[in-house]
Amino acid sequence: MNNEKLQAKVLSIVPNAEVINGKQYLEVTVIPDKLHELAKQLKEDSETQFDYLFCQSGVDYGDSLGVVYHIESVKHRHSIVLKTKTPNRETPQLDSVCDIWNAAEYHEREVFDLLGIKFINHPDLRRFFLDESWGYPLRKDFVDEVNIIEK
Amino acid sequence: MGIKAMKYEEFKDNDTLELFKKSGGNILFTTVDSIINWGRKNSIWPLTFATSCCGIEMMATGASRHDFSRFGLEVYRASPRQADVIVVAGTIVHKMAPVLKRLYDQMADPKYVIAMGACAISGGPFFLNSYSVVRGVEHVIPVDVYIPGCPPRPEALLYGFMQLQRKIETETIRIKRDPVKEYF
Amino acid sequence: MIPEEISSVVELEQQEYIINVGPQHPSTHGVLRLVVSLQGEIVKNLQPHIGYIHRGIEKMCESLTYQQIIHLTDRMDYLSAHMNNEAVCLLVENALDIEVPERVKYIRTILDELNRLASHQLWWCSFGMDLGALTCFFYGLRDREKILDIFEETCGARLLLSYNTPGGLMWDIHPNFQKRIKDFIKYFRKKLPEYDDLLTGNVIMQARTKGIGILSLEDAINYGITGPTGRASGFACDVRKHYPYSAYNKVDFKEILYTEGDTFHRYKARIDEMWESMKILEQLVDNIPEGDFTAKMKPVVKLPEGEYFQRVETARGELGVYVISKGDKYPYRIKFRSPNFCNLAIMNNLASGFKIADLIAISASMDLIIPDIDR
Repeated sequence: MNNEKLQAKVLSIVPNAEVINGKQYLEVTVIPDKLHELAKQLKEDSETQFDYLFCQSGVDYGDSLGVVYHIESVKHRHSIVLKTKTPNRETPQLDSVCDIWNAAEYHEREVFDLLGIKFINHPDLRRFFLDESWGYPLRKDFVDEVNIIEK
Repeated sequence: MGIKAMKYEEFKDNDTLELFKKSGGNILFTTVDSIINWGRKNSIWPLTFATSCCGIEMMATGASRHDFSRFGLEVYRASPRQADVIVVAGTIVHKMAPVLKRLYDQMADPKYVIAMGACAISGGPFFLNSYSVVRGVEHVIPVDVYIPGCPPRPEALLYGFMQLQRKIETETIRIKRDPVKEYF
Repeated sequence: MIPEEISSVVELEQQEYIINVGPQHPSTHGVLRLVVSLQGEIVKNLQPHIGYIHRGIEKMCESLTYQQIIHLTDRMDYLSAHMNNEAVCLLVENALDIEVPERVKYIRTILDELNRLASHQLWWCSFGMDLGALTCFFYGLRDREKILDIFEETCGARLLLSYNTPGGLMWDIHPNFQKRIKDFIKYFRKKLPEYDDLLTGNVIMQARTKGIGILSLEDAINYGITGPTGRASGFACDVRKHYPYSAYNKVDFKEILYTEGDTFHRYKARIDEMWESMKILEQLVDNIPEGDFTAKMKPVVKLPEGEYFQRVETARGELGVYVISKGDKYPYRIKFRSPNFCNLAIMNNLASGFKIADLIAISASMDLIIPDIDR
């Protein structure tokens, strides 16, 4: 399916999603409540069949924290980008997509470790690389005197 | 004055290192010293410890082109109780540092440490702006020989081992070797 | 009635025993800690603990220019250093819409395939060593030294090349480049059957690897297992075939796919990939076009505002580089989707139910590089 058809499909599932034609992929931004439903529909629908999550990254946008999902369909060979963000910086919480794509288990643990976003319904949310005393290094307001900064 | 406390300008060439043999004592001690040191320096067995890229160059040094078993490093011992030297090849991060200290403590005396590669000497390419790298393995254990490079060539690693052998030649059984005191 | 002595033995066998395959391994895979829960000798559950080489590369890159990031990407998956560099270079070139000369594409692809060969040779060494066949270590490294000689003559470094730069290469290849590669191909075509003689046909190796650690196709797609590990289960994920970059659309090669998905076929997939790499090299080495070795670039590279994603095929799977740029000379956020991080997720499923000696064979066939997991 090309970008116009994908855009129509996405808007039929979630009518008020923002859809932008990025340089490489179609970028869809939804509110956190609708993400799980959109992802599940995109995987199960036989026309789109997005079954391969090839990248999930956490981003600190400055005023909000968000997650970006890059998904692809092995059968149809098309890709799309899903994004969501939450303005809550003290206790950010988002829906987990582990029940849709198992690859998300490790990616979400990494996002929790480095950015502090908790995922609801994740089977095993623990710190991965660092331990509790480190804070969340990938946030833009992370300050550590041990670093030697050169700018 | 031990080799550790030598200033850069005073380091002439490798043969002058032999002047630092702790001299004095009767002929019995010096002969016994030379026999024991000859035995120790020609059969140092390293511990299998490699964290990152320098480990591959260490494996390449052990392979058939630059063979280091001709220098006496016959086998790698997996257990620290049976190893003589620990070649720290790779970056050490804060999570790994207690593990390294524990391995070093478990080794039996006499033990030596070689810091291989820029990451083990001073943090290397990760010196600036990294939040979890220990800037140099000397913050954790006392080091005997530093080998610069990123990664050092196998010939550089062999030269480092030969320097360690020269350092072992200067020891004596009259004074018990304390690596930490020697470091400072 | 079970007598007293035997009943206590039966009770003991049913307890679970937790052992630690600790960060310091006798095999050379790096610092991975596996907490294995055993019942007798059978593995019931496996938890990897990582972070023993987490250097914070993603955070460091937020204050480095794009030319400087290339030197750090070398150190992530150091056995496919050239392909890691190429990922960042291609991202910058595609974002700025720069067309690199054909010569650069050919040379990049040739060095990619040489790097893939070198990486698979080292994998074969450590696979043999893990199974106890120490001879493989020496045979593989003997042949790998010949490739490292070619690298050294081209760019000065043996392992961490940093030969790519956004826009092209650092400097031109030396005049002996093509002759050395042709000599190497002639030499290695005679030596690769020796690898089969030594290890592939060995009865013990086949008994230890056939039917062990079976990965199904649905699991491979669901968990995102790429590289030869995923292709041995039938997942057609080769980025070189489906999303070609550099000179891969000009060469003719097969994508190695098997359907059984056990350890033996992961092994065979890599050996077959070595044959395909040599085929690609033969097609490219004589046809390098003349031209410049770099396109014209400004000294300070600033990416326009937006998001970019680049995928390349390293020796272990698909590497993805995701950059969010705010128009600055530093990236706002850079994320490396490393193949080993995703491949590690399947280890629990593969090893459960098998013995602990099978766990070593499975982890050797998955070919993990730990600094790539931790970045």
